[in-house]
Amino acid sequence: MSAVLDVSGLKTHFFTHAGVVKAVDGVDFTVSKGEIMGLVGESGSGKSITGFSILGLIDPPGRIVEGSIKFNGEEIANANEERLQNLRGNRISMIFQDPMMTLNPVLRVDTQMMEAILAHESVSKQAAWERSRDALGLVGIPSPEERLRAYPHQLSGGMRQRVAIATAFLNKPDLIIADEPTTALDVTIQAQIIHEAQKLTKQTGTAMIWITHDLAVVAGLADRISVMYAGRIVEQGGIDDVIDRPLHPYTVGLLGSVPTANRRGQRLFQIEGMTPNMLALPEGCAFGPRCHARTDTCHRQPSIEDIDERRLRCFNPQRTAEVVK
Amino acid sequence: MTDMTANPALNADKPAKVETPFQRFRAEFFESKIATGALIVFLIIVLLAVLAPWITPQNPYDLAQVSVMDGRLPPGSEAFDGYTMWLGSDGSGRDLYSAILYGLRISLTVGLASGVIALLIGMAIGLVAAYAGGRIEAIIMRIVDLQLSFPASLVALMMVAALGKGVDKIILALVIAQWAYYARTVRATALVERSKEYVEAAQCLGISRFRVVFRHILPNCMAPLIVVGTVQTASAISLEATLSFLGVGLPQTEPSIGVLIANGFEYMLSGRYWISVFPGLALLLTVVSINLVGDHLRDVLNPRLKK
Repeated sequence: MSAVLDVSGLKTHFFTHAGVVKAVDGVDFTVSKGEIMGLVGESGSGKSITGFSILGLIDPPGRIVEGSIKFNGEEIANANEERLQNLRGNRISMIFQDPMMTLNPVLRVDTQMMEAILAHESVSKQAAWERSRDALGLVGIPSPEERLRAYPHQLSGGMRQRVAIATAFLNKPDLIIADEPTTALDVTIQAQIIHEAQKLTKQTGTAMIWITHDLAVVAGLADRISVMYAGRIVEQGGIDDVIDRPLHPYTVGLLGSVPTANRRGQRLFQIEGMTPNMLALPEGCAFGPRCHARTDTCHRQPSIEDIDERRLRCFNPQRTAEVVK
Repeated sequence: MTDMTANPALNADKPAKVETPFQRFRAEFFESKIATGALIVFLIIVLLAVLAPWITPQNPYDLAQVSVMDGRLPPGSEAFDGYTMWLGSDGSGRDLYSAILYGLRISLTVGLASGVIALLIGMAIGLVAAYAGGRIEAIIMRIVDLQLSFPASLVALMMVAALGKGVDKIILALVIAQWAYYARTVRATALVERSKEYVEAAQCLGISRFRVVFRHILPNCMAPLIVVGTVQTASAISLEATLSFLGVGLPQTEPSIGVLIANGFEYMLSGRYWISVFPGLALLLTVVSINLVGDHLRDVLNPRLKK
């Protein structure tokens, strides 16, 4: 499988008055054709900024300071605006978290969808309209002609997210970045949306980066997973390996804190402390102060190593998940 | 309890009636009797002004039709030419009913034209300020602040003094006096809208900057702009009347409402009230009806006051 996206050593920093916020600080990953990569982490771990960096939509005072983003072999980190505008919505699409906010309230659905086509191709309005209608049908929206004529406020949350997904797939992109697309939806709708997204990536061969903090979603959806903490990837590997046998204490903690039916009645695991202040990260391993398995070596910065067919940034891999229980 | 019809996804055969935002707005607007009444009054005033040449007995600009013999006649008197002057006549023998309708033509033209031009200019400048940010925004907004620290009537007075008399010059003076209100309103709303997610989503679709600003952000700024537009149009009309009353607006030969009021001013104490009072009432009615419409527009368009 060829890599659609190859990110290596990506660093996106924000130069604020209070100091430099290293929101993304050396992130590497690749995504292949038709693959879904889960990017998991707490709020503020830099997962969304990673997504926006790929699209070149980092506003000042932030900028990509280092690293490369290769899209189909082409370097697009700090590429010129014209080239990026050409890629956005055309070769790389994005799906956002809150479907209530991402559709323009005063424009009809057809206007907004057709605009996405007409921005990149010179086709007739009729053709653009027909493609929008077919795309809505593809994501399971009944009577798409009616929905096209509707305004966003006339659609439910799940329906709007389907519209957003249909819009993202309109130009048959090579890569879709989905930034917590199911977080604002209730679980039944969540399941439907995940199903649609999975079906479409398999059908079209589109690669996908699914950004979320919900491990349950990723477990059922992604092929590979990257766990981020404080701007760095701490564990990366095949979904089954990481979910079933997590090695990094942070991954262990995250998985332990998800309530499941077979640990009924037991106390959930809790990761100590709070997400660190990005302006004053602890010395050495950023997760160190909160880690249940820390040792004296943890005051040094661990580098990311290949281990057991995955990549890990930890001195003390958790060989058993027993510590959690 | 499985009410299938409650789920819009399953209710495909009977989709809800598509209601445009405009239809909803219209329904809400006509709920208020006062605003509806004010709108009707305003439309009647506009209609009378437009039809003035066909429904008035005299053209007050045509000196051949104006006779000094008819000067200062009280309401209801018969003119030299045989028609009745229902509202009396002024010092130069102009039938006040005719003069008021012709005067309204000028007042409304000046008010609407300056309102629309100031709106377009202010809107463009405000959008540029909001979208460009940084130094450009700072410079534009300091100019706006500077301008708004002077009373609009003073700015207009200075402009007219510099530009001279005439309808076009008055419009230009009013545009210069009022664009800043629009610029500030648009900039404030556009800043809020720009930070919303739909703008980011539009950027992610690869839509050009120009289109994002004018197709996505601008329509979302229209509500406050319409409200400011109505109120500023009313204030432009009264500002024009003020300038004309002070004698720097329109010439005596083209009497606007302000000139008519000024003409009658000297007769006020001699009991010939009608020369000033009737044009004054016409001005009052126009400005109040526009303001009532504007007030209600603000209520309807303000999402925080939505029921």
